[in-house]
Amino acid sequence: MRVNFTVNGRPQEADDVWEGESLLYVLRERLGLPGSKNACEQGECGSCTVRLDGVPVCSCLVAAGQVEGREVVTVEGLAEFAKDRTEHGGCASGACGTTLDQAKRWEAKPTQDSQTGEGVELSPIQQAFIDAGAVQCGFCTPGLLIAADELLERNGSPSDQDIREALSGNLCRCTGYEKILDAVRLAAARQGEAV
Amino acid sequence: MDFLRPASWEEALAAKAEHPTAVPIAGGTDVMVEINFDHRRPEYLLDLNRIELLREWEVGEENVRLGASVPYTQIMENLRTELPGLALASHTVASPQIRNRGGVGGNLGTASPAGDAHPALLAAGAEVEVESVRGSRFIPIDEFYTGVKRNALQPDELIKTVHIKKADGPQQYSKVGTRNAMVIAVCAFGLALHPETRTVRTGIGSAAPTPIRAKEAEAFLNAALEEGGFWDSGKIITPSVAKQFADLVSAAANPIDDVRGTAKYRRHAVGIMARRQLGWTWEQYRGAGRTLEGAA
Amino acid sequence: MAQNTRTAPAGTPTDVTQDHVKGGIGESTLRPDGTLKVTGEFAYSSDMWHEDMLWGQTLRSTVAHAEIVSIDISEAVAMSGVYAVLTYDDLPAEVKNYGLEIQDTPVLAHGKVRHHGEPVALVAADHPETARRAAAKIRIEYRELPVVTDEASALAADAPLIHEGRDDHHSGHVPHPNIVHRQPIVRGDVAEARKRADVIVEGEYVFGMQDQAFLGPESGLAVPSEDGGVDLYVATQWLHSDLKQIAPVLGLPEEKVRMTLSGVGGAFGGREDISMQIHACLLALRTGKPVKIVYNRFESFFGHVHRHPAKLHYEHGATKDGKLTHLKARIVLDGGAYASASPAVVGNASSLGAGPYVVDDVEIEAVALYTNNPPCGAMRGFGAVQACFAYEAQMDKLAAKLGMDPVEFRRLNAMEQGTLMPTGQVVDSPAPVAELLRRVKARPLPPERQWETAGQGADVRALPGGLSNTTHGEGVVRGVGYAVGIKNVGFSEGFDDYSTARVVLQLINGEPVAMVHTAMAEVGQGGVTVHAQIARTELGVTQVTIHPADTQVGSAGSTSASRQTYMTGGAVKNTCEAVREKVLEIGRRKNGSYHPAWATAELLLEGGKVVTDGGEVLATLADVLEGEDVIDIELEFRHRPTVPFDLRTGQGDGHVQYTFAAHRAVVEVDTELGLVKVIELATAQDVGKALNPLSVVGQIQGGTTQGLGVAVMEEIIVDPKTAKVRNPSFTDYLIPTILDTPTIPVDVLELADHNAPYGLRGIGEAPTLSSTPAVLAAIRNATGLELNKTPVRPEALTGTL
Repeated sequence: MRVNFTVNGRPQEADDVWEGESLLYVLRERLGLPGSKNACEQGECGSCTVRLDGVPVCSCLVAAGQVEGREVVTVEGLAEFAKDRTEHGGCASGACGTTLDQAKRWEAKPTQDSQTGEGVELSPIQQAFIDAGAVQCGFCTPGLLIAADELLERNGSPSDQDIREALSGNLCRCTGYEKILDAVRLAAARQGEAV
Repeated sequence: MDFLRPASWEEALAAKAEHPTAVPIAGGTDVMVEINFDHRRPEYLLDLNRIELLREWEVGEENVRLGASVPYTQIMENLRTELPGLALASHTVASPQIRNRGGVGGNLGTASPAGDAHPALLAAGAEVEVESVRGSRFIPIDEFYTGVKRNALQPDELIKTVHIKKADGPQQYSKVGTRNAMVIAVCAFGLALHPETRTVRTGIGSAAPTPIRAKEAEAFLNAALEEGGFWDSGKIITPSVAKQFADLVSAAANPIDDVRGTAKYRRHAVGIMARRQLGWTWEQYRGAGRTLEGAA
Repeated sequence: MAQNTRTAPAGTPTDVTQDHVKGGIGESTLRPDGTLKVTGEFAYSSDMWHEDMLWGQTLRSTVAHAEIVSIDISEAVAMSGVYAVLTYDDLPAEVKNYGLEIQDTPVLAHGKVRHHGEPVALVAADHPETARRAAAKIRIEYRELPVVTDEASALAADAPLIHEGRDDHHSGHVPHPNIVHRQPIVRGDVAEARKRADVIVEGEYVFGMQDQAFLGPESGLAVPSEDGGVDLYVATQWLHSDLKQIAPVLGLPEEKVRMTLSGVGGAFGGREDISMQIHACLLALRTGKPVKIVYNRFESFFGHVHRHPAKLHYEHGATKDGKLTHLKARIVLDGGAYASASPAVVGNASSLGAGPYVVDDVEIEAVALYTNNPPCGAMRGFGAVQACFAYEAQMDKLAAKLGMDPVEFRRLNAMEQGTLMPTGQVVDSPAPVAELLRRVKARPLPPERQWETAGQGADVRALPGGLSNTTHGEGVVRGVGYAVGIKNVGFSEGFDDYSTARVVLQLINGEPVAMVHTAMAEVGQGGVTVHAQIARTELGVTQVTIHPADTQVGSAGSTSASRQTYMTGGAVKNTCEAVREKVLEIGRRKNGSYHPAWATAELLLEGGKVVTDGGEVLATLADVLEGEDVIDIELEFRHRPTVPFDLRTGQGDGHVQYTFAAHRAVVEVDTELGLVKVIELATAQDVGKALNPLSVVGQIQGGTTQGLGVAVMEEIIVDPKTAKVRNPSFTDYLIPTILDTPTIPVDVLELADHNAPYGLRGIGEAPTLSSTPAVLAAIRNATGLELNKTPVRPEALTGTL
């Protein structure tokens, strides 16, 4: 079957999709967006978390056919998504989306001055994850970023227990979570200063 | 495999009538796991995501009409007053991501004894409105679960709405798992006080082939509360009454040993949950209750 | 037949350059791959993609022990979209087995399967679903055999032999062919010392089977090449070890199997063994097309070895003034169907079985069994974890029996620099065991009833059961427990353990740039960060490029045994020193006649300049390198040699370095429901020298959490009747979530080991040792129960087993 939907503000079409394919598979294997990760494919780890019409979901549990006409934000589009939100005064529902005009200007990869991606504009939560040492193997990172970004969108100054609850669907095996908590606290603090 | 995408409820019913083996998929949190792990290859997947009415709810005089696909997150956030037990149960479902997708219709459709919503529905009292091209009918929740992962639906029927009694008193819900979040129930228990009728109702999850009520325990407690004049006096429930209630709840369970826990533990744990919840709900009834941050 | 020259697959790793970054050793420099990892652009092995690639699928045995009567692939081969179906009969070379130490593992089952989930056949198809459907159509007829699942059934008179006709180098000294390896450690006279004991405690301990549960599933892409060879992009812990096992089975010389490390989503020991590597290569060579294999989580549980479950019997004695008299221990590790790292795990469990204590009279015996259970091998802590769980429980029992404080009792017996190990080896660098314990104990305890919020009742998220709303404080009892452990660093017992680093220094656009090229597997630990830091420190440059890890450079050894910063870090340092010598040689040639200081030995490279140890600038690096050839040096680095343990007495200087960590666990237990919430897990560890403090703390917290997991929830459950795995999923194999993980304050000591580069000590594993027994001790403290098994299940706390 064919599926048309919007990913990171850009219209996408996937063809010859097998009916049992997940959104995760379509993103990773058909659209060249492997940032969302395939750690468990049973909704138990959160590594594949994306925003579907603004709502964080496990993309491994969304059938590809269910995203017809919908909007998806993945980690690849998170920086842009967060920037749009800042520039347009927040987005409680998360469904800010991207205008057609913006979509046309979308480029696959931002310009960067080296392979480390130095000079890439990151969202506050992405920067905080790097700065706080919250990234080790990094496999859980994309899902955590989407979930943490959405938490901070809803709640600018979460308590530690709020952070734990919001991220309780995202497993990490490397860090013991301490530095992930640090990262969210750091992003919240920076967000607070910026306001 | 075929993917059916009805745009309306009527189209969905027609599709289900035409393809009774079609597997409805809404949140996908059960069906997609089975597909990803190659446990199931249905001939047809019937996507219910585009049907708006399934995502709507309405608070009426007596009941809440809850669309089958209303995500658990919405129940937690919007129906805490009307459906406190179900809101608490919703909060124990898997993870935030799953709660954003899954709804009560999925729990009912799968009818796993471990479904988190069942004890809360049993305790509150509910009817499941199912429909087919032949018409609609209301199935009382007590008659809905017919066996392990089996329910009273006919092959051409779809779950439309769950009509749940609005809370007229305190309700509680707990679930035991071996992790502090994102865990399938080892066992679960729900309790609802119904001061208007001076009755209590219970629900036990994951401790019998189907979700069940502990009817003898309910009958015992109903009688004890009545005889002791507790509803009027609001006095503290005698520990021996609470203990007997808990023992009867344990006795009502008919659990198995499996990889998640022993039968003996499950029987023990539902009793503990029953005793604690009786304490909590009765405290709330007496007006001394405290709110629980994070609990719903 | 190989196809025409292909373009590199999507996801091929490239050089990663950190420019404009300062940060030598000792600084918390940020990861060079951090930005790629937060933007989703970092390519893991499962992200590899090639234009015309096929998908590989493994068909695995559904029974644990059986003869294969027949395999019928006809239906599968006939399916549209299927390019190849392979069984044992299709293996191209004489060599058909592989293995880390003993080559006992069939690439595909031959005549027999020895454990549940053993690979039997392979499929390549144009879509994963096609491959799955084809695999499902392969008909295999099994004739089931009785299963061996424990010591009794392995050593019974009529026990089936898991491997008949063994001729490996352990087969000569083991008492039974179903024992992979046996190592006794005998020192002093236990019978005599026993007489001095005023108290004796015994215990039988059971350690469950833990899974590494790395998040990135086994995966990779094999691309056939024109020369008949294959390019393999894969996530592993040791490229060259894989290569040595892969090439012979493919019938190819090693140089025709070019391996590149793809992004690794965690490892923890679970990627030391081969998983899909050979299978993908076989399919790629057969079909002439790139083949990608990605396990799902279910298959991943069968795709790698686990931590050895163990039964440990311990007897300790002590005098009434609290001094240990003797130790007698027997440790039985279940190695499962294939040897994997079992021999080395036996060596660790036995040689470290006494823990970080002074005890002169010791008899320890450790064995690993062959059974039909899932194969077990390397996992963080590796033999030392199981032993630590037992000896720390013993320490608490002894302290209780003597009426002593458990920490004071441990401190009284703590080893220190100069102590003799039970192997007779002298601990010749700092061993601050007593100090680590003192530090965790001195830390203030978290407040009581921490779940109470101001005026709002209980926050269930802070209580046992968490969001499941099982208690509002009822039945909750606090407990505090302590533990300390000892782990070796590096490969032991006479293994020629080395690492190789190539360092290139050149001018690019007039700027000196160092490139570090090693085969080190970056699995998340941050080795790449540290390599760049070392290069900056040693060469005085700011721009450092990390070349992708591949087999075009010499072996780096394994990313395991807490060894990579020591070994490949040491190799980078070593090669940088040679590069520096070369720079100075050029400098002397060019400028030596202008300044007498060039002739002195103590010249440094700092801030892009050649300076004297007094700080005088002699030249810029750019000036020295201008017009010169690129400096390109590759060197091997070795740690000091070790010797094998004597097979009868276990004596010998078998280990390279020892490392120590201590924990204090504070738990709250719902004693009625048997649910546990760990409130704090404070730790202190001697790291010798923290090359990157941020990464060091991250490692310690992560290791601590894996120890917490096995204490309260993690276990692969194998049915003792069938030897089948009952919970191969993240639904039923639970690892800690962020709501299960407490704050983990870390106290880092830096007492240099002068044998090691920069004085550093391997750090990754030690925290995984003591975390588990500390949590167990705390739960015992809260409940008064004996609790001799991990994980502690609610049943064990409520008498409902």
